[in-house]
Amino acid sequence: MDFDVNLIRQQFPILSEATVHGKPLVYFDNAATTQKPSSVIDAISHYYRTENANVHRGVHDLSQRATLNFENTRNELARYLENIDPKTIIFTKGTTESINLVAHSYPIAFLKPGDAILITEMEHHANIVPWQMACERHGLELLVLPITEKGEWDLNQLPALLEKNVKFIACSWVSNALGTINPIQTMVDAARKIGAKILVDGAQAVGHFKIDFKSLDADFFVFSAHKMFGPTGLGFLIGKEELLDQMPPYQTGGEMIQEVTFEKTTFNGLPFKFETGTPAIAEVISFQKSLQFLNTISLEKAHQHESMLLKRATDGLKEIPEVVFFGTSEQKVSVLSFNLIGVHPFDVGTILDQRGIAIRTGHHCTQPIMQKFKVPGMCRASFSIYNTIEEVDYFIESVKKAAKMLCS
Amino acid sequence: MNKSIAQLQDELIEVFSFLDDWEDKYSVIIDYGKQLLPFPEEFKRDEFIVKGCQSRVWVVGEKMENGDIHYHADSDAIITKGLVALVLSIFNNQKPSEIVHANLDFFEKIGLGSHLTPTRANGLLEMIKRVKNIAQTFEKS
Repeated sequence: MDFDVNLIRQQFPILSEATVHGKPLVYFDNAATTQKPSSVIDAISHYYRTENANVHRGVHDLSQRATLNFENTRNELARYLENIDPKTIIFTKGTTESINLVAHSYPIAFLKPGDAILITEMEHHANIVPWQMACERHGLELLVLPITEKGEWDLNQLPALLEKNVKFIACSWVSNALGTINPIQTMVDAARKIGAKILVDGAQAVGHFKIDFKSLDADFFVFSAHKMFGPTGLGFLIGKEELLDQMPPYQTGGEMIQEVTFEKTTFNGLPFKFETGTPAIAEVISFQKSLQFLNTISLEKAHQHESMLLKRATDGLKEIPEVVFFGTSEQKVSVLSFNLIGVHPFDVGTILDQRGIAIRTGHHCTQPIMQKFKVPGMCRASFSIYNTIEEVDYFIESVKKAAKMLCS
Repeated sequence: MNKSIAQLQDELIEVFSFLDDWEDKYSVIIDYGKQLLPFPEEFKRDEFIVKGCQSRVWVVGEKMENGDIHYHADSDAIITKGLVALVLSIFNNQKPSEIVHANLDFFEKIGLGSHLTPTRANGLLEMIKRVKNIAQTFEKS
């Protein structure tokens, strides 16, 4: 499979149709959400025009078609994750809900007061707060693996932490704020060694590389559709069947039940036990198109392209004396976090926005990282497969302009 | 005799009417921020922070002997500081009732109306609200 950025760009209408302050859009906020190809956009519209019906309940033809198509996504995703069992895929609203589900249900079934949960200093708030709440509810202890100045896990401190009765580990594969690709297998192995279970937050990984859930060998894997060229409002929890089976439901209502009387309710099996209420049907169905899109490109070549963009942007910004970088690991996805010394990221974001460039500024839902680096926030440019060298050069020129306007 | 709020707005609109592109406009905004008087350290307290801004913004008002309000403001972001300085350039040293009842339309007229939407991270709308609230408090006292 060849990699032609122009052919890829053509599939994303927003890249040619959107203007910002009268200028062409340069979209460098891909770590927040990726853009959607025409095939996904069309599938959403096609569903509402020709297939809209509720799933899993109607005997009428339309409902059956919608159900079939809906479940087909589960099957396609199971294949995409290198042939896992479809019933171990739970549809959720997103990564955040997936983590909340596990943080709610896993401790009820498996943890007892005094057990410890280990997270890391670089987690997104979505992988911190649900565990804090779980610790409060169940009398558990929350442990945090620190990160180094380069923005990597400080693995020297891991053995001592693992001795503290750790029964569960929750960590991200890729840092959203710093871009670091963590040595995830090391953590999975560590969990195995002490008999702990592990949840891997793959939100920032799935848009950049192919996931083989079985060889990763995590107990839970969570991610969102919208960070892999799919629709918002849809995420996934992949779990080991024997664990999911024993976990109690998270939310209750329709769909997830087997039998309801006023005396007692019995629950449906996997995956429906965890999927109550009418799901995001159009989003689920259109997500097949995201997977098909991903299957048409070589993610390896895409990764090379993104790495090239990252290097070019990093080298370009190095020429600006006022620029300071955050997250300097050699193992990174195409995320570039930086500040101009003494300048609030908001100012840089505002100037770049005037030039049509979308970057993220602020704390990126990772306030502990901001505290670690002692900044109120960071500027984050994150590149995806459809970004170009020309856009990166324009970005470098724009940061230079911002530095001139803001640092004098 | 001080200039009225309406006069000051007109003058500001005049200044910006000569600036065509965004770069010049933002340079002037940044300059306004730089000309703000130093913010008294004792006012850098959480209670004076205006919520809704991505950066931190402080706004404080004092009633002077002649009944006018004198405002102090600061921000850790340069553009935000400039925006609040623009607001103060119109409202500073005016009577509380004038401030409360003033119709602020210069942001639209100088092409910066997009900054006034409630979801904007710069919180300009909140800053104006705070300035007016302070005036309202002094109007009653």
